[in-house]
Amino acid sequence: MVSLSDYLILSSVIFCIGLVGIFINRTNIITLLMCVELILAAVNTNFIAFSHFLGNEAGQIFVFFILTVAAAEVAIGLAILTLLFRVRGSIDVDVTNSLKG
Amino acid sequence: MMEQIYLTIALAPLVGAIFAGFFGSLLGRMATNVVTIVGVLISTVLSLYVFNHHVLDGGEIFNQNLYTWMQIGELNVSVGFLIDNLTAVMLVVVSFVSLMVHIYTIGYMHDDAGYTKFFSYISLFTFSMFMLVMSNNFMQLFFGWEAVGLVSYLLIGFWHHKESAVEANLKAFLVNRVGDFGFLLGIALVLMYFGSLDYVEVFASLGNVAGVTMLDGASVITVICILLFIGAMGKSAQVPLHVWLPGSMEGPTPISALIHAATMVTAGIFMVSRMSPMFELSETALIVVMIVGAVTALFMGLLGIVQNDIKKVVAYSTLSQLGYMTVALGVSAYSVAIFHLMTHAFFKALLFLGAGSVIVALHHQQDIRKMGGLRKKMPITYWTALIGTLALIGFPGFAGFYSKDMIIEAVHFSQLPFADWVYVAVIIGVFITAFYSLRMFFLVFHGESRMDEHTASHVKESPFSITLPLVALAIPSVVIGYLTIDPMLFNGWLDNAITVAASHGSMASLQESFHGAGGMIAHALQTWPFWMMVGGIASAWLLTLHRAEWATWIQKKFHRSNYVLESLYGFDRFNDIVFVQGVKKLGNFLWKVSDSGLIDKLVVNGSARLVGFIGSMVRPIQTGYVYHYAFFMIFSLLIILTWVLFASDNPLLKIEF
Repeated sequence: MVSLSDYLILSSVIFCIGLVGIFINRTNIITLLMCVELILAAVNTNFIAFSHFLGNEAGQIFVFFILTVAAAEVAIGLAILTLLFRVRGSIDVDVTNSLKG
Repeated sequence: MMEQIYLTIALAPLVGAIFAGFFGSLLGRMATNVVTIVGVLISTVLSLYVFNHHVLDGGEIFNQNLYTWMQIGELNVSVGFLIDNLTAVMLVVVSFVSLMVHIYTIGYMHDDAGYTKFFSYISLFTFSMFMLVMSNNFMQLFFGWEAVGLVSYLLIGFWHHKESAVEANLKAFLVNRVGDFGFLLGIALVLMYFGSLDYVEVFASLGNVAGVTMLDGASVITVICILLFIGAMGKSAQVPLHVWLPGSMEGPTPISALIHAATMVTAGIFMVSRMSPMFELSETALIVVMIVGAVTALFMGLLGIVQNDIKKVVAYSTLSQLGYMTVALGVSAYSVAIFHLMTHAFFKALLFLGAGSVIVALHHQQDIRKMGGLRKKMPITYWTALIGTLALIGFPGFAGFYSKDMIIEAVHFSQLPFADWVYVAVIIGVFITAFYSLRMFFLVFHGESRMDEHTASHVKESPFSITLPLVALAIPSVVIGYLTIDPMLFNGWLDNAITVAASHGSMASLQESFHGAGGMIAHALQTWPFWMMVGGIASAWLLTLHRAEWATWIQKKFHRSNYVLESLYGFDRFNDIVFVQGVKKLGNFLWKVSDSGLIDKLVVNGSARLVGFIGSMVRPIQTGYVYHYAFFMIFSLLIILTWVLFASDNPLLKIEF
């Protein structure tokens, strides 16, 4: 029997992978987007696990919403990336620092 | 009925001034001087009526508020008239001299482009002076005080294309501000301690304030009196605030006669007389008044000796005579001061207008060293100037004789400390007055002509509009003293306006020793002032006509004293170094250190720099890298969540899985 804590551990591991991916990633923004997706996946896992163990379907319905939003987000993110590439000729993380104070 | 008359007296010149000022160029010269002269003529006639009503028929004192000027809390400031005998005398003097000057101006300013403007100003001045003398409260007094000062300023700088005129009117304005500052403080103290600005109310409650002290024991009355007197020092040009009056001679001569000799400069004398109930309560203030007057009378007279500008000589003579009036105020002989004010107004206006007549005839030559021998060519000017000079030096029988002798006698009888010294000063003053007056007179009218050929061939007697006022002023200069000394000083003309404390016995002693105007002439030969005057005349004759080279010798021999006199005791230099340069330095300091350094650099630029500095410290946080932002967001979220979960008794923590 897979217990709740197993799910939580799994989601924590995915979450941390996403997090670390964001922090130590120095190559390109697509990796960043992927890492964000990983974090969202970890959250979704949590939602489903809790929903199942608490017997409340609201959490699973939430996951649908999150997936939808995440899809939209990725679509927009990739569109921005395309434009960024056109303007800058690069999608390197280290180059995109126009917000530097 | 009387109320309308008083209003008309004050407003007729104002109407004239408005017409001349706003429509002068439309109306033309003729209409302008008709309008203004008629305005002043109406005032003069009505003033004589008022004089008759109050002084001769003993009419009731008129004291009424006519209009509420402003209302501030408990304080009601009104425009009102207090007409008693003092006011009536002042009205006659002011309106008569003003009328004469108006007529004189027709001739004097004949060729001037600012003809209508000039008429507007002198009518405005007449209105202001009326408001000053007719006032029944301090605020209106101050209004009149400032208004005459303003017109004086405008008229000194009337020829504004002359740089010296502009400098002189600025100087007059600034020096008067010093006096007015004291005056205003005095009025403020009156309001503070008496709760009213109305003369009658203030004088009625003098008893309540008499013993009150302020600032560690200074008597309030003394402080008020001295502050008010500082105002009088500014307006009546007493040392050390006298420096503006000689400069005011830059203005046209009619103005010097009207404003800077006969009327405005005597406003201070009038004001102190008006405040006599208050000044009588303060011995200290009276001593200050007396000493300032004596210093002015003696030392300003001395300066008259070394002046070579005809108007400057008369100006220093005016300063000296104002000093005499102030001395009279100091020894509580207020009516004598007013008496001298009146006689002086006539003969000094006469002297100034006479000087003006000479100046016009010589094409604006004012240096007496370049005149001489005008007696034959300008007979009317000569004889009237002679009358004016004799009145000024106090030749027995002439107006100035009575008033000046009375002042000297009043000082003689005074019990105030230092009165002996002041007595000596005013006696010497008589010698000096005679000396400088006759020196000028001889240099201008007698001896060889020192004019250049061109001027000499053109000299002729001035036109009728100039000689008429001269004659009209010469008559009172002769007779007014003889006619009015008895009623004015000893028979109560001014009793309802002037209060003299019983302990100040000058006037009482004067009365005892007075044996009629004729008796004074008979007695004159046995008095000091007479022989001092004769000495003055003799030495003036000796040094200008008989042995002119002695004057040069004396000048060389006593070059140090001569230098002191010619540098005017260094008042101007002192003011220049201490006040003008001092203020400039202070201004520079404030500009460089306070404004530029403190405000601009520290406050304005400083706050911007502070923001910039904080910004530069915080700026590295904004790296621009997305992953840094993400890190911050997540890290912060972690902290917040941890805090929410563990710092409170969150029910979620209690869930068991």
